Amino acid sequence: MANDEKPKVATASLAGCFGCHMSILDIDDRILKLIELVDFNKSPIDDIKTFTARCAVGLIEGGCCNEENVHNLQEFRKNCDILISLGDCATMGGIPAMRNNIPLQECLDEAYLNGPTVHNPSGIIPSDPELPLLLNKVYPCHEVVKIDYHIPGCPPSADTIWEMLVALLTGKKIDLPYGLIKYD
Amino acid sequence: MSDNITITIDGVEIPAKQGQTIMQAADDAGVYIPRLCAYNGLEPHGSCRVCTIKINGRFQAACTQPVAPGAIIENETDEINDIRKSIVEMFFVEGNHFCMFCEKSGNCELQALAYRLKIPAPRYPFLWPDRQVDASHPDVIIDKNRCVLCGRCVRASKDLDGKDVFGFVGRGPDKQLAIDATARLVDTDLDVRDKAIDACPVGSIMKKRVGFAIPIGQRKYDKKPIGSDIEDKNK
Ligand code: SF4
Ligand code: FES
Repeated sequence: MANDEKPKVATASLAGCFGCHMSILDIDDRILKLIELVDFNKSPIDDIKTFTARCAVGLIEGGCCNEENVHNLQEFRKNCDILISLGDCATMGGIPAMRNNIPLQECLDEAYLNGPTVHNPSGIIPSDPELPLLLNKVYPCHEVVKIDYHIPGCPPSADTIWEMLVALLTGKKIDLPYGLIKYD
Repeated sequence: MSDNITITIDGVEIPAKQGQTIMQAADDAGVYIPRLCAYNGLEPHGSCRVCTIKINGRFQAACTQPVAPGAIIENETDEINDIRKSIVEMFFVEGNHFCMFCEKSGNCELQALAYRLKIPAPRYPFLWPDRQVDASHPDVIIDKNRCVLCGRCVRASKDLDGKDVFGFVGRGPDKQLAIDATARLVDTDLDVRDKAIDACPVGSIMKKRVGFAIPIGQRKYDKKPIGSDIEDKNK
């Protein structure tokens, strides 16, 4: 297959910890097979910052905690045929969503004013226009855009990601064996 | 009339005894019917509806429905499993279930049902309720974020421990687990050996200091689906 005919994959880390991206790299030497199957487009893995072509698959790590996440996710939806939520933060909100039953102002006060380790003599809570505005809550991706597949796990194992990607890219039925759907 | 009858589950005839529930007959025959609020040794509660089956074309709860001669039962069908899935998904969005740091992960029946039913993510929007943690007791912690209101602790405390430590307060979406004290768990007569603690299917009532005695990955439902112990009888 000529290089430019390969399907393209894009990835993003929104409100996540990059653990899911580490897990993608954890497929070890299978990454060599993967780059035979696909080209990477916009992704922190190759540091391509903007979409340069339509992508077959988009992998999203993390949910949406701020307006930039939402914008980024909408970009992915526009540019990818299949969009996949990768990991518990993308599928269920995950650790960042622990703030969801605490009012936003209380979270900011705790982080910048009242927390036991806070040193902030000016008493200023960052609000520079450069900083993306926080959302009232952290949202799993499918509550923001249409998501085609979900891969749970914190992070999903490399085997789960591999099985899923290969099935999608080779047009096989996705049927993960017991033990590859994990929430922990 | 003989007590021995025959019922049919998913096209297979199995023996049953008058007075049994469908779930009991199925268990004896090595047929697993998913369940959450039912617990061996306790009267069935019939509240979670995870055990939904169809008997002669009508939906019923297998844990409370008695067997009847010649009953035709559907268990493992796409229609019924989708209902079960949607119930399990509702449990996930109604509470705050963070499996990645929950000590019960791998031993949790709610999570195990989701694994068995292959739920990649809930179809409903998350509610993120505001619930309390009570760590006052020296040996036991309650995290109501994870409570699924199955009533197993309530029944176990009453019927197995001869106490009355747990109960429910409120109605509908406001229904909550409560304890037999004005404020804290430490003020109840709960003992770490109480059966009520082991009865909790999720990480809501937990013993302290034993949470990671068995590592993640080597726990009850990590390798084998929930219900395997029942299904293995058939092998
Ligand atoms: S604390 Fe556990 S056993 Fe008690 S009602 Fe809640 S989930 Fe059921
Ligand atoms: S197990 Fe039958 S209703 Fe809960």
